[in-house]
Amino acid sequence: MSRLSAIALFLLVPWLAFGIDSGKAFDDPELQARYEAIIAEVRCVKCQNQTIKDSNALIANDLRREIRRLLAEGKSDVEVYAFLVERYGEFALYRPRMSGKTLVLWMAPGLFILLGGIFTARVVRGRMALPIDDDDIEVDEATG
Amino acid sequence: MLRYLSPLLFLAVLIIVFAKGLGPERNLNELPSPFLDKQAPKFDLPGLINPDEQISSSVYAGEVAIVNFWATWCGGCRQEHGFLMELSRKNEIPIYGIDWRDRRVEALNWLSQLGDPYRVSGFDADATTGIDWGVYGAPETFLIGKDGRLLHKHLGPLDRNTWETDFAPLIAAENGAQQ
Amino acid sequence: MIPEVGHFALILALSLAICQGVLPLLGAYRNDVAMMAVARPAAVGQFVFVAISFICLAWSFLDSDFSVLYVANHSQLALPAIYKISAVWGAHEGSMLLWILLLAAWTVAVSRYSSALPDTFSSRVIGVLGLLSCGFLLFTLLTSNPFERLIPAPPDGADLNPLLQDPGLAIHPPILYAGYVGFAVAFAFAIAAMLSGNLDRAWARWTRPWTTWAWLFLTVGIALGSWWAYYELGWGGWWFWDPVENASFMPWLAGTALIHSLAVTEKRGLFKSWTLLLAISAFSLSLLGTFLVRSGILISVHSFATDPERGMFILGFLGLTIGGALALFAWRAPSLDSSAGFRALSRETFLLLNNVLLVIATTLILIGTLAPLVVEVIDGGKISVGPPWFEIALAIPLLPLVLLIGVGMHTAWRSQAFKPLVAQLKLPAIVAIAAGIIVPTFVYGRFGLLLVIGTTAGFWILLVSLIQPMRSWRRKPGTPAITRGALGMSVAHFGVGMFAIGVSIVSAFNVEADVSLRPGEQVSVGGYEFELRGLRNVDGPNYQAVEGEIEIRKNGEFVAKLRPQKRTYIIQKNPMTEAGILVSWNRDLFVALGDPLGNDAWSVRLQYKPMIRFIWLGAFVMAFGGIIAASDRRYRLYANAKRPLIKTSEAPA
Repeated sequence: MSRLSAIALFLLVPWLAFGIDSGKAFDDPELQARYEAIIAEVRCVKCQNQTIKDSNALIANDLRREIRRLLAEGKSDVEVYAFLVERYGEFALYRPRMSGKTLVLWMAPGLFILLGGIFTARVVRGRMALPIDDDDIEVDEATG
Repeated sequence: MLRYLSPLLFLAVLIIVFAKGLGPERNLNELPSPFLDKQAPKFDLPGLINPDEQISSSVYAGEVAIVNFWATWCGGCRQEHGFLMELSRKNEIPIYGIDWRDRRVEALNWLSQLGDPYRVSGFDADATTGIDWGVYGAPETFLIGKDGRLLHKHLGPLDRNTWETDFAPLIAAENGAQQ
Repeated sequence: MIPEVGHFALILALSLAICQGVLPLLGAYRNDVAMMAVARPAAVGQFVFVAISFICLAWSFLDSDFSVLYVANHSQLALPAIYKISAVWGAHEGSMLLWILLLAAWTVAVSRYSSALPDTFSSRVIGVLGLLSCGFLLFTLLTSNPFERLIPAPPDGADLNPLLQDPGLAIHPPILYAGYVGFAVAFAFAIAAMLSGNLDRAWARWTRPWTTWAWLFLTVGIALGSWWAYYELGWGGWWFWDPVENASFMPWLAGTALIHSLAVTEKRGLFKSWTLLLAISAFSLSLLGTFLVRSGILISVHSFATDPERGMFILGFLGLTIGGALALFAWRAPSLDSSAGFRALSRETFLLLNNVLLVIATTLILIGTLAPLVVEVIDGGKISVGPPWFEIALAIPLLPLVLLIGVGMHTAWRSQAFKPLVAQLKLPAIVAIAAGIIVPTFVYGRFGLLLVIGTTAGFWILLVSLIQPMRSWRRKPGTPAITRGALGMSVAHFGVGMFAIGVSIVSAFNVEADVSLRPGEQVSVGGYEFELRGLRNVDGPNYQAVEGEIEIRKNGEFVAKLRPQKRTYIIQKNPMTEAGILVSWNRDLFVALGDPLGNDAWSVRLQYKPMIRFIWLGAFVMAFGGIIAASDRRYRLYANAKRPLIKTSEAPA
């Protein structure tokens, strides 16, 4: 695409108008809290990286309304997410659901800490065996 | 030695991933439909032209069909309208329209002024059906197979080029296979 | 005429950059004094021509010369002058020019303050910086020329993106880029060391101040970006783990690890491979950031207009530069060695843990950011990885790190006795735990384990950072005062504590409400009453706005009036919101207009955000600590030297 039309396309992308409900969706504080937590994790699939909580795009408004309807019908959080994924794919959720693909992602932090710990222990053990007094360190110990 | 080479190897992998990511086949803004090769969603809506009539997806059961989501406020829909008229004149494949998030009066004006390429039109005022189909912008066009499977989804205006490249082969295969 | 001068100056800059890149490196290899002597003049010359080019572009903006395509796309006649200038770096082509300008500026600084270094070494450093400049200049001239013409010129331009018409956004890119580009200096130092085969404690001492300066620019740049997003984007968030934000955080983490690793290499000649790899990584991550933002490969609110052709060029440059550096690393690193030891309880151990945890954090951000791309490349599926994952994943290495900082700061090199350490830290620990429990529970009314840990960690660092400065302040006359290096460290860590407290409190106690208000109606949020007094129309230089007047009261007593606006910029037509914010050291009150709902009612988003200012104040304090540390006497000594005075103290290791 020519640069000019690429720029034009970019300029037509809806700006970051943020989404606003006109009041509390639910009187029940627990439902309201669940609602707010869910919409903070659902992606506005049309926008350039925003949640449906923070976007005013048509699809964001529509999805918020659907989620309100589902919660009012008594659906659980898992069912709401499943509803969205069925129609828009995993892309719609900012919290990647556990699956073969995302297992690596969710295991990574713990795994890295474990490996890091082992690595550190080995290095320290190696250095403990070496002499510590054979160089001229500056007297100024406190210097960072 | 391997441990000192590993950063370089890691870089090589990253570069390959990036190079693939920059490839022309990749469209950042197009979301593939989760229904691809699965049963397409259904719809059951009041008719656009005759609100008392109920239009449902069973109307194209057993045949290859196009379902097109459109709206009068959508520039791309205007753009593709001419091509849709052409398709409907050829009458090779039925086109079913769903007026999405629109106002009935304006939609009827549009169809009477520009022509009606749709065999039947449904009226989805509040976009609930759109959500069921995973629609997030207009126009979106779906190709449904004879057994109700979703064969292809196209986001944006339809034109001859896209038709020849993406739709025609699939339609031919569907018709050929069911001989 | 001026645009052509600018264009030509850029071409001249490229030729000088080629000289600056090739000759000194060749000269260092052959020990040819004449070739090495090209380095400094070429660097200065390159800077002069890049500056001329930059000035020509700025002039075109101020003159509203719409026959220049870039100006026509990002400016208009009615644009206020300050934004005409900041529009220079408001989009891809111009911001590349800014990048090149800053790289040239850093190079001139290096040539000016490197007389104390051996000629072969400084030639290599300036040479590497020259090669980097060549790459960026080629990229700009071949794919992103800001001086491209638009004939016939339109009568008015397309206006600068309204989101960028803001003072915060005007200074955020220059400072941020100064940081990104500054890491090129450490990178060049690393390459020079690998080329010469010499990496010793003196090398670490030379590299430290440059790294600290780049790091502190990046710190301020990121903080400004976060602060700007908060007040400008209208939803009150300050970090979204957007790919471009992540692209700035990764080099920062690597740079922080680098600063600390350099300390160990300078003091004990240890961690040489680590330091080398970190020096390469910090700038590599900057380059990666450039690639992610400008290639259109990831969805982000920050991306520039996308173009895969540019993406390919940058990718090639990335591969060459980083690949070259890592190949050198694979060649030289195995022979880096030292036989110094340290005990389990020692500063070295803590700094090792510091390195490990920061590298883990950086890697986690990398995989989280790239996961959607990898999944798509492998099987075409699209997933999203957003704040819910990042917050959990990053807390895992960073929370322990924050706790360890407090201990590591007071641990001696080589070997630390356990009892004295405990004695020193016992009191601050108790006070911190108490504060961590009391503040959330009694000041804000809630207790949660994660919240308490976060708040405790923040107070912990605040308190222990005061120990060394206090000791120096109350020292007996005649005993040495705290050095700037140590003072800078204490101040910077104090900033970390402020940041941690800000994040913990605001994440837990932020109150948000979306309401519908008619003039005269009021609502209560976070202990304050907000009343919509009225709405009126306001005209700006290039926009029209609806302005609401919101009166804030606490317990019936007047606190303040805020005037949030909903603006429509005349040319680009998209609506933008200007939030009204009431600032205080311990809380922000945030009001933003949504949409008219009919019947005179408007949707309004109200937020109560406690301690949010500490997030950015903490970052600024960190940067200030960096300035103090970088101005330590031993760096000034070598910076002001007129001729090489450092002899390498160890045999090539």
